[in-house]
Amino acid sequence: MFEILEKKVWLPEEPRIVEFLVKAPEIARAHRAGQFVIVIPVEGGERIPLTIADSDAKAGTISLVFQEVGASTMLLGRLEKGQTIPHVAGPLGKPTHIEKFDGAVVCVGGGIGVAPIHPIAKAMKAAGNHVISILGARSKNLMIYEERMKTASHEVKITTDDGSYGAKGFVTDALKGLIDGGTKVGCAVVIGPPIMMKFTCKVTEPYKIPTFASLNTIMVDGTGMCGACRVTVGGKTKFVCVDGPEFDGHAVDFDEMMARQRQYLPEEKLAKDRCASGRGTCQTV
Amino acid sequence: MPEQNAKVRAKNFQQVTTGYTEEMAQLEAQRCLQCKKPTCTIGCPVSVPIPEFIKAITEKDYAKAVAAIKRTNLLPAVCGRVCPQEMQCESKCVVGKKNEPVAIGRLERFVADWEASQGAAPVPPTPKKTGKKVAVVGTGPGGLICAGYLIQKGHDVTMFEALHKAGGVLVYGIPEFRLPKAIVQREVDYLIKLGCQLKTDFVVGKTRTIGQLMDEDKFDAVYIGVGAGLPWFMDVPGENLNGVYSANEYLTRNNLMKAFEFPNADTPIKRHKNVAVVGGGNVAMDSVRTALRLGADNAYIVYRRGMEELPARKEEIEHAQHEGVQFKILTAPVKVIGNKDGWVEGLECVEMELGEPDASGRRRPIEKKGSNFVMKIDAVIPAIGTGANPLLAMTTPDMQFNKRGYIVTENPQTGRTTKKGVFAGGDIVTGAATVISAAGAGRQAGMAIDKYLSDGEWWDPNAPPPPAAVPAAK
Repeated sequence: MFEILEKKVWLPEEPRIVEFLVKAPEIARAHRAGQFVIVIPVEGGERIPLTIADSDAKAGTISLVFQEVGASTMLLGRLEKGQTIPHVAGPLGKPTHIEKFDGAVVCVGGGIGVAPIHPIAKAMKAAGNHVISILGARSKNLMIYEERMKTASHEVKITTDDGSYGAKGFVTDALKGLIDGGTKVGCAVVIGPPIMMKFTCKVTEPYKIPTFASLNTIMVDGTGMCGACRVTVGGKTKFVCVDGPEFDGHAVDFDEMMARQRQYLPEEKLAKDRCASGRGTCQTV
Repeated sequence: MPEQNAKVRAKNFQQVTTGYTEEMAQLEAQRCLQCKKPTCTIGCPVSVPIPEFIKAITEKDYAKAVAAIKRTNLLPAVCGRVCPQEMQCESKCVVGKKNEPVAIGRLERFVADWEASQGAAPVPPTPKKTGKKVAVVGTGPGGLICAGYLIQKGHDVTMFEALHKAGGVLVYGIPEFRLPKAIVQREVDYLIKLGCQLKTDFVVGKTRTIGQLMDEDKFDAVYIGVGAGLPWFMDVPGENLNGVYSANEYLTRNNLMKAFEFPNADTPIKRHKNVAVVGGGNVAMDSVRTALRLGADNAYIVYRRGMEELPARKEEIEHAQHEGVQFKILTAPVKVIGNKDGWVEGLECVEMELGEPDASGRRRPIEKKGSNFVMKIDAVIPAIGTGANPLLAMTTPDMQFNKRGYIVTENPQTGRTTKKGVFAGGDIVTGAATVISAAGAGRQAGMAIDKYLSDGEWWDPNAPPPPAAVPAAK
């Protein structure tokens, strides 16, 4: 059982964005930037992958940020400070490759993807890199983790689709502006919606900037057993849970990945509607 | 043995066979000749004293029968259901030379179920504590047997499980209709009653490494029984289309996550109408029969050799046939065909014929050129085997793995790896095999670990191999 020590609601409107500070000493001690956990929000519930947004080995805590987009995340969001999450397993996946790059490291986070990119920015900075972060959201109220990213980076650039905060436009515009403006980029890391990752990788490709995309695919066990998370990278099938979650963004078949992510849309909708009306396991929380 | 009507059971997840009644068990047990040199016991990977437990049945002393089995096998309710007895104990039965062999597996199941019907299993007296700590990594059949053996020798045992439920393949792989999960839970509960600790949601290699378990957490010995769970795919075009599932994914969704109850369970599964399962082993049979139960109109086994060569248990093949599974034998998939939305709509196959026997002793399938045809299919489930998960190899640099990722051990009797104090057995050493062979390896390792904890002796993995035995002169 994993106790929720703090709960913060970043976005109160639905679908809400919620952050938990969770007591998980063994996971916190082992966690490295880029890794994720599998969470079961309620006994009998789904196993859902969530990237770790922060960890504190001394305090024995990890931070998890999620948006209530489906029944399982809605269930998770109902838990309050002092309650427990029945199952959290990890840290899973390979850690981000951290080194001192020749040129700035650009961390690109889109929407809720800003949270999981936070430990990567932190680790890249600690390794002596000049870290520039580009944070994107549809509008100002959806911008999360800005203060923490300012601490974890040397420079932060902000874009919103509607121009309600920072520069109007997409993260790709800011990234292109940075490169064309003469900034030497040693490596880029991107986490966010698949379409945003796809186009971010397209920006860096002609410049041959090594770009790592952290993929969030459908998973069941998260430990290499089911293969549900598979993705084609450079023509080869890879498992996101054990070979990833980060891959060479220029080699990922994003279109196939997006099609695979849509596999359970009708079921997800059915479960969400039932949850909203208080049926299924939603009754138990 | 009585079983549910094939048409009825093909639509539910309840047990196919309902087990012997007491009268049936009595009649069957009396067929045993009580051989002085029991060849059946030799055929059993864990050496169950078979004549002894069958004699106890004839005396109606079922408690004595269970106790006899449990001396060497703590999982009789499981093994009585899923062991390939026809290839093991029953294949060696003397009665079987002229008639049907004694149904040892069914008798084993009968006494295990009798024990379950009596309420909680009696807990043997606690042995004297040795003060030694053993970590058992993986709670499949091998891990459970090993843990049970060691706790009874007085060692402290902690079992580590990556998933949220203990049981390994017994809970995620084998369907409810063949092995009810309540039975596995009962065995796990029994181990906990004996004093074993269980840590679920604990991924050894990630949450803690093997090295950390030994150096920091002070475990005196480690048993690795993590299985070989990484699914193999067919390496044909279209394999990542929507509607292609590894057998592990399909079975895990349904068994461990109870997706057949969706939306009352949270994990979904697709109820496809035309399903092709590629492969011919027990996992393939479990998958195809699950597809039927989820409402498939056509559920096919696509297998590149003939009916004779199917590696699955005969009983499972017959059950599948009775339930309506269609066998496309001498057929191999070459391509998965998708529609414009990325979903499977067909499976292109080629006909095969059998040539000369290959290294495995089975006749090698050869493609009939130009015999390609397309099956109308909306789901494809490769059940063609599994390999070693790389998690432990990536995080245990001071232990030797072979080229295919399996752990190198001294020999099957000891299970000693190249890292002192670490033992391994089951599929992670041999490659994918059966529940009972994993249980056998767990028992052997249990004995070896117990010995190591008393004498501390190890082997030198770098020593030159002993000279080959010289054939005796004629």
